[in-house]
Amino acid sequence: MPRKAINLTCKVEYLSILDETGKLDKKLDPSIPDDLLLRLYRAMLLARRFDERMLVLQRQGKIGTFAPIKGQEAQVGAAAVLEPGDWLVPSFREMPSELWRGKSMESVLFTYGGYNEGGYIPEGINNLPVSIPVGSQTLHAVGLGYAMKYRGDKSVAMVFFGDGATSEGDFHEAMNFAAVFRTPTVFMCQNNHWAISVPRSRQSHSKTLAQKALAYDMPGIQLDGNDVLAVYAGAKEAVDRARSGGGPTLIELVTYRMSMHTTADDPKKYRSEKEVEEWEKRDPIVRFEKYLRGRNLLTDAGVEEMDEDVRNEVREAEERWLEQIGKGVDPLDMFDHAYAEMPPSLRAQKEELERELSEKKR
Amino acid sequence: MPKINMVQAINLALSQEMEKDDSVVVLGEDVGVDGGVFRVTDGLIDRFGPERVIDTPLAESGIAGFSIGMALYGLKPVCEMQFSGFSYFAMHQMESHAARLRWRSGGRFSVPMVLRAPYGGGVRALEHHSESREAYWAHTPGLKTVIPSSPRNARALLVSAIRDPDPVIFYEPKALYRAFREDVPDEEETLPIGKSQIVREGKDVTLISYGASMRPVLEAASELSARHGIEAEVIDLLTVSPMDDELFTGSARKTGRVVVVHEAPRSFGPGAEIVARLVEKSFLFLEAPVRRVTGFDIVIPLYQRETEYLPGPERILKAVRETLDF
Ligand SMILES: Cc1ncc(C[n+]2csc(CCOP(=O)(O)OP(=O)(O)O)c2C)c(N)n1
Ligand SMILES: [Mg+2]
Repeated sequence: MPRKAINLTCKVEYLSILDETGKLDKKLDPSIPDDLLLRLYRAMLLARRFDERMLVLQRQGKIGTFAPIKGQEAQVGAAAVLEPGDWLVPSFREMPSELWRGKSMESVLFTYGGYNEGGYIPEGINNLPVSIPVGSQTLHAVGLGYAMKYRGDKSVAMVFFGDGATSEGDFHEAMNFAAVFRTPTVFMCQNNHWAISVPRSRQSHSKTLAQKALAYDMPGIQLDGNDVLAVYAGAKEAVDRARSGGGPTLIELVTYRMSMHTTADDPKKYRSEKEVEEWEKRDPIVRFEKYLRGRNLLTDAGVEEMDEDVRNEVREAEERWLEQIGKGVDPLDMFDHAYAEMPPSLRAQKEELERELSEKKR
Repeated sequence: MPKINMVQAINLALSQEMEKDDSVVVLGEDVGVDGGVFRVTDGLIDRFGPERVIDTPLAESGIAGFSIGMALYGLKPVCEMQFSGFSYFAMHQMESHAARLRWRSGGRFSVPMVLRAPYGGGVRALEHHSESREAYWAHTPGLKTVIPSSPRNARALLVSAIRDPDPVIFYEPKALYRAFREDVPDEEETLPIGKSQIVREGKDVTLISYGASMRPVLEAASELSARHGIEAEVIDLLTVSPMDDELFTGSARKTGRVVVVHEAPRSFGPGAEIVARLVEKSFLFLEAPVRRVTGFDIVIPLYQRETEYLPGPERILKAVRETLDF
């Protein structure tokens, strides 16, 4: 027969567990222990408050351009599935996940305040520093995964990126390498519907981003990215599969960037208020809170207390940061860590700046 | 000591390092079963298996980014770009990540990888298979760019590159792959990265070069000595970046006359940096303008015109004479 159908299993599921009113689909309940539910809620609230605070700091000129994450807090559900030995490979929209994994708020402030110190991830926290070249970090999570497998470690690398990143070649090369070598890599695409001013529909003609997994013959699933339970459940399935040798997964988190791309951007130029209002109704925190109240895990007083607590935590972090930057930084250490050992030509340049600075002081 | 060519010498370095250290893995297009299109990785897959000698999909950015991830986990990947003319895809990963992860993370992370690539003309190849673009890499802070010129130094430098804690670009002069054999000791041998070498002493003129161009340079130097009684001091950079200028600026102070030779296009080439350092550090000792004998500022032509493009001994001799007669 010269022409016949090739049998391919093409299936892309969409998973949502909590609806916009906070109602749970019992059949799909991932049965997360109560204390973890509350920790997830708190982490989302903390991320929201910190994000809001950074916007104020930016407007006051205390920090520079930053990328707000408002509306994308449910991502912590994915980070929560990881174990400390696993690796988180973030882009620039993963502050909530980074904090979940132990990065400090001061560290985030350092980055956006223009200090290199923000990238100095402490030993013991397996987060890579944020990656700004869109999509490029996906490959690192595949290499990490290969190395984990090579070493016989039962660990997983989870990489985050945006909808825009799925147009980059590196994303496709990473998906391909991951599938060919069956690396324990979880691709976490935050489809927040916009890549700066370009809408999701202009980024790809595909109906879903999750279906791109099919071309590489790996599982792909679309999750309600504003539903932390769905994010947790979908991520858990993928991470468990990766950990037990089942290879990579592509997850599309359907969410929305409720704020601007960065503080240097004016979204009014390219999207309607109405669209934003529609998504506000699906706010991941509001929905989760309703659910937790419904289960009596949260009360009015409880929410108020937690909010107060979270705001204090943000304030204290800000104070610690201000104190640290108040001491000033040494511009000369910009030369450090360029290489393991400083080459003579670089040492000469460092000395050149050292002389310049000491002459200025005099 | 067995006499081997550069392909065998590089293979020796790879296999001995893989033997010693299980964190060393080799990857690239056709490097496994085929042993590489130049046979540099021949036999490695049989000795070390497909987990350590990895035939990758055909994607250079992928190979580089994948290697970065492995290196972040503590492996020492040695990835091959089939030809340096295709390494531009990988440049973004090397520039944006490999070169700066140590710096960005304040030393927490490092990328101890080697990116090997055959470069240069002289093998009657197709378009995109003959260029010499080491300057691109040399311009990137955080990378080291190493270019050997003989089987023995290729072996020793590659061992050092693999052990180096920072990412190293290892450009292999493919014209020299099988051009000659040299005694290469079976016992371990390393050469420091970031150090140049005086390979011939002389008092009349200094010739500075590296990689494939070392051959015509040494030929010219022998000719100068045999026919004209002119003793050229020849310096092999070995590492293009970070550049070691101590030896060559010292030599220039002694001879007062310098000719720089490379295949890469002249403008903004490594020779420009060499001349700048000479001006900064040996200006008052120079008796004549420094001459550059290099590729021209065009794409290297297909091989019927390649001889005229590449800096050969005659062009070098002419430049030396003009420098001496100045
Ligand atoms: C390779 C690259 N090209 C362009 C940019 C500039 N840029 C920064 S973010 C961005 C849009 C990214 O969109 P998406 O991947 O959807 O992530 P989001 O910002 O929505 O989180 C662009 C074009 C960049 N950082 N990297
Ligand atoms: Mg987006």
